Amino acid sequence: MSASPHAGPAGSCDVAVLGAGPAGAAAAIEASALGLRVALLDEQPIAGGQVYRAVPGIAPVRADRDRAEGDRLRSTVADANIERHFCHRVWHVERVDDEWRVHALGPEGPRTVHAAALIVATGAQERHVPFAGWERPGVIGLAAATVLIKAQRILPGRNVVVAGVGPLLLVVAKAIIEGGGRVAAIVDANARGDWFAHARDLVSRPDLVARGIGWIRTMRSHGVPMLHGHILRTVDGDTRSLRAVAAPIGRDGHPHAEVASTELLCDAVCCGFGLMPATDVTRLAGAAHAFDPARGGWHVIVDADQRCDLPGLYAAGDGAGVTGAAAAPLQGRIAASAVARDLGRMDANARGARGKKRGSVRAARFGTAMTQLASVGDGAIASIPADVIVCQCERLSRRVLDGAIDDGCATINDLKSATRCGMGPCGGRLCEDTAARLIAIRTGRTRTDIGQATGRPPLRPVDLDALAGTFDYDALPMPVPSPL
Amino acid sequence: MSATSANRYDLLVIGAGIMGATAALRAAQGGMRVIVVERDVAGSGASGVNAGTLSLQIKRVGLMRYALRGYEWWREAGEAVGFKRTGGYTLAFTASEQALLEERMTKKRDAGAPIELVSPAEARAREPALSDRVVGASYCAADGYADSTRTGPYLRGLLRAANVHLHEHTLARSIDAGGDGFRVATPGGPIDARRLLIASGAWTASVAAMLGVTLPINVRVNTVSVTEPGPRRLHAAIGHATGLLTLKQKANGSYLIGGGWQGRGSPATGRGEVDGETLLQNLRLARFAVPALAHTRVLRSWTGFEASVADHYPLAGVLPGVPNAYVLACVRGGYTIGPFIGPLVADLILGREPELPLFDPTRVLAVTTRDGSRAADGRVPGK
Repeated sequence: MSASPHAGPAGSCDVAVLGAGPAGAAAAIEASALGLRVALLDEQPIAGGQVYRAVPGIAPVRADRDRAEGDRLRSTVADANIERHFCHRVWHVERVDDEWRVHALGPEGPRTVHAAALIVATGAQERHVPFAGWERPGVIGLAAATVLIKAQRILPGRNVVVAGVGPLLLVVAKAIIEGGGRVAAIVDANARGDWFAHARDLVSRPDLVARGIGWIRTMRSHGVPMLHGHILRTVDGDTRSLRAVAAPIGRDGHPHAEVASTELLCDAVCCGFGLMPATDVTRLAGAAHAFDPARGGWHVIVDADQRCDLPGLYAAGDGAGVTGAAAAPLQGRIAASAVARDLGRMDANARGARGKKRGSVRAARFGTAMTQLASVGDGAIASIPADVIVCQCERLSRRVLDGAIDDGCATINDLKSATRCGMGPCGGRLCEDTAARLIAIRTGRTRTDIGQATGRPPLRPVDLDALAGTFDYDALPMPVPSPL
Repeated sequence: MSATSANRYDLLVIGAGIMGATAALRAAQGGMRVIVVERDVAGSGASGVNAGTLSLQIKRVGLMRYALRGYEWWREAGEAVGFKRTGGYTLAFTASEQALLEERMTKKRDAGAPIELVSPAEARAREPALSDRVVGASYCAADGYADSTRTGPYLRGLLRAANVHLHEHTLARSIDAGGDGFRVATPGGPIDARRLLIASGAWTASVAAMLGVTLPINVRVNTVSVTEPGPRRLHAAIGHATGLLTLKQKANGSYLIGGGWQGRGSPATGRGEVDGETLLQNLRLARFAVPALAHTRVLRSWTGFEASVADHYPLAGVLPGVPNAYVLACVRGGYTIGPFIGPLVADLILGREPELPLFDPTRVLAVTTRDGSRAADGRVPGK
């Protein structure tokens, strides 16, 4: 177990890459090309991440650009000299004796990968804004909807309200239409003109802008109602017949009391409010993070070479700040080069890194503009009614959280220990951002002061028997009994 | 020390855990003007992150009288702290563990704990979720647990009701001992007090060091895990003959697994880390003792710091060499014992005779400074 990472036994490598999306796959490919021994871990059965998600062996409904790019990425990963661990759920990372230990659960049981360096490329997670009824069956996230449609070929419903903010609204609506479903309406928190405010950064990727305009045309040609400057306030009914109420909001997110709400009948609601960096691994590792709304909120701090502030730890892609799928592979390659240099396996002045960095900065401009478009003002949080459930796992209403905040909870960790907010199976993924914004609204404290929840293993819930494996009682290394 | 008596406190307590808070409450009841400063929030250290076990079977013989009294405090606090009297079994799976169990439990029973030895068949008849590999067991009807996450809010409420000032998120940066009192520097400004109680858990040594006193305190990093809620299968609190397991199924159906398996980290950074390898052993032991744990999902593991000195008895008394300064820390089983020993130390501070003997911290200095010879007044009950 404590073998040197350079000795070369099974389970040890130069660099472990967590996540086989655009950033992680590029990092692994580059590191391998630089002669490093690479282990690539991902929970999914194939590479591609969320953007290029696909099902092995199943052809897409229609060939599209994402599928082609994803297939190209997958074949490159397959051809590279990379130790691949797909279907592996990483549940713990820890730094012990100058190495990183990555604990994962795979089809053959627990596996620990020992690595001199660790590149975290775990991407983004969806932000949610609670409304009455968001915990109901039939209401799912935009990200979950893309998984259903891309990987399972299942439509979330026949007649779907797509709500929230950001480019994912159009992505999901288009996929529903292509899959043969109907989009009852798109409820977009952005006003129609908000896109123009970021036009300068958006034109850095005219191809992607053109793609977006094409999506909007698709919506028009299918007669999909677009409710701009609206937010969902209520969903009730059952999955055969849901009633969604969309209310108009101002630029700050506060509802316009004087303008009438719109009722929408549907059988499913897909909603999401932009992406946040997935920081669970870097938090668990103990790296420094910063809060920056333009990058999706809390993100791990990296230098120009994607290094975190801990030895041997690197981050690439949306986890280091949401900058989108275009910047991710460049960051992955930068991180891999940095690992090679830091391990003394590449000339520190090697060419290419500078160009990649420039490309990464350019690509990130588009992603950052998109991230800013995919946010909603504090008014949308401040106006959440007291009875609305904020923490679904522990069924905590806004009233309960506000009470605890008024009682002195000043940080997200305070609120967590006082109310159990974020302590259920979702680990705070659904509620932590809202809970932190409630603290900020009620106390005037900054998100930096409010902080993030301390990272804890397991990173995702794991089956105790799968972890414990088969063992012999007499072989348990029992420490000395406690003193009598 | 220029502070006037008007804004000076009679007692400043550093640490709003069970020890510091209950000492502050007794001192306030005794007429003192008391302030508690806390680097984080009330009950955020060991008091709030431990497994909540209130088991007399895992208390030391020499501390049993204290544990029995502390237990009463938890029982009286009741629902507000999530107190549950479930009864508890301690299990042995080998002949040597059984011998250890019988020796230990007999001594603990003689010290006053209502513990009985039961046959494996009896234990499994009453608690069918137990492993069929049990070869020996003991039972204590009083055993149970509280919900440690509720400790802090409960203590905060008590302090408020008693008019004790509680300054949370207030780190004691330095301490000046001058003339007839102390000035503690905090981010919110200096606080003056006539007397000082260090009840800072794992941070006790670093606080004492601000007064030039070196306390030889070791810190353990204990691991606790919780599973998703599941159907009710286990009623009693479960332990192991070695003391290396605590396990209960809480009211919401989730299992809480502890036992003092060691993680990594230090109070200096405030960061404790779960050691993946020891966590697995802890889970295996739990799974072995209660096979009903099969296919529950582990939700979260965390660590808490536990301070101790070489003899594993409390530091509870005058801080050696510093007039009007006191220390209360390193209480093995401190979650159970804390609310009794806290007020005992407050009695000492109030100039009253404590109901049970305290544990003079001088003994640990004597051990380190006099080449192993014990100080004459170092008293250790039960020995």
